[in-house]
Amino acid sequence: MSTIPNPIIRMRGVGRRFGTFEALRNVDLDVAAGEVVVLLGPSGSGKSTLIRCINHLEEYDSGDVFVGGVRVERGPNLLKVRQQTGMVFQSFNLFPNQTVLDNVALGPVRVKGLTWEAARTKARTLLERVGIASQAEKYPGQLSGGQQQRVGIARALAMEPRILLFDEPTSALDPEMVGEVLQVIRSLAHSGVTMVLVTHEMGFARQVADRIVFMEAGEIREVSTPDVFFSATTNERARAFLDAVLNH
Amino acid sequence: MSIVNTFFNLDVLVRSLPLLLQGLWRTILLGALSIALGLVGGLALALVRLYAPRWLRWLAVAYIDVFRALPVLVWLVIVYYAFPFLGVSLSPFASACLALATVSSAYTAEIYRAGIEAIPRGQFEAAQSVGLRPFDVMRDVVLPQAIRIVIPPLTNNSINVMKDTALASVVALPDLLKQATQAQALAANPTPLIGAAVLYLLILLPLVRLVARFEKRYQGRAR
Ligand SMILES: Nc1ncnc2c1ncn2[C@@H]1O[C@H](COP(=O)(O)OP(=O)(O)OP(=O)(O)O)[C@@H](O)[C@H]1O
Ligand SMILES: [Mg+2]
Repeated sequence: MSTIPNPIIRMRGVGRRFGTFEALRNVDLDVAAGEVVVLLGPSGSGKSTLIRCINHLEEYDSGDVFVGGVRVERGPNLLKVRQQTGMVFQSFNLFPNQTVLDNVALGPVRVKGLTWEAARTKARTLLERVGIASQAEKYPGQLSGGQQQRVGIARALAMEPRILLFDEPTSALDPEMVGEVLQVIRSLAHSGVTMVLVTHEMGFARQVADRIVFMEAGEIREVSTPDVFFSATTNERARAFLDAVLNH
Repeated sequence: MSIVNTFFNLDVLVRSLPLLLQGLWRTILLGALSIALGLVGGLALALVRLYAPRWLRWLAVAYIDVFRALPVLVWLVIVYYAFPFLGVSLSPFASACLALATVSSAYTAEIYRAGIEAIPRGQFEAAQSVGLRPFDVMRDVVLPQAIRIVIPPLTNNSINVMKDTALASVVALPDLLKQATQAQALAANPTPLIGAAVLYLLILLPLVRLVARFEKRYQGRAR
């Protein structure tokens, strides 16, 4: 594989087993600062497991993961890693007991020590940026799926992370709301933040990705530019995967 | 007529009322304090049981199991009559409070645990991904959601503790029941006992109603 000097994310020989089943096998991946990497692959290929190893929501049992030079592992460094990595979930996972505004402000208050007042001011700016400032005082349950996911993005941004992780951010959305969320993500992709993204939106992947990582059966099978991957991949598995999703 | 005179003798009731009210006050104090201690201790136990290192978790499980299995009355008698042999002599009030709170905390621990476990994993993960410390994950995200789930069973448990305060009369605490039996002996008439029963009902019936309301509301939500 190609080695990137000073990658912001470095994965080396990463493995993860569930019992005897290997969900990840010997994964090597470097991500450069500011890069947008899209993970593609069939269901069960290990995309979620991989992305969750980066902020240690999933424990890996062999190999190493480094974020900003810090090894991702249980212990005092983990909070630092998580402060640098925001995550956006398929099912949003907003906190139903707090207003939209406080969902976004909570992290800065508890982790960065901002006052609630300062954090809420900042949260308002972020909600404006994702286009839902008018919903600030509502509770998550009162919002549409697309709006909720934009809150999820604002919540991740509030910690000013260097890395954003997205695990199928639009898969739980009604079709008419996918566009508004992708639009927000697209604008972030151009902002210089590092992104690792799992998605089934092929057109979107091709647009925003600097690199495509194709996975199958817990392994990385191909890493290439979107142009190469979508029109000229020589990898048979990738070809078959693309045929299946594009002709579906 | 004779039944009314025997069991609902107004004259006897009025004469024994000061005694009964004294007892009632003590019963309420004992119940409230035991309930409060049980609520706090139970939360601590639940957190230990869920998140502490293995050996501590084991201790918590052992504590919870033992105090759910041991009859409260047996435990109370041990605290009051057996502890002095270890050099620990507690007043009747302290003995009863200790016995009730230790048992109650075992029950509330299980209630809290079920409440915390009912919170979806995604909530923990979202809070952790933001970088919150375990304490903040609990305080800001998990417990505020769990509390809605645990309020009905906690109220139910509080009713049981309040009822169990009557056991304290066994260790000579002048609680409502003890005062009532005292008054009955003095007046040679059972009316004070009826009066005590009415007073227990006055405190506990509203709580029982409250739990029924909670349960109805929950069913409404589940649909
Ligand atoms: N906690 C777990 N216990 C057991 N098996 C698991 C667990 N988590 C994941 N797996 C298995 O690991 C494999 C990879 O899962 P993963 O969620 O990473 O796939 P994915 O590529 O994200 O798939 P999808 O596109 O369906 O989201 C799957 O076969 C899954 O069943
Ligand atoms: Mg997945």
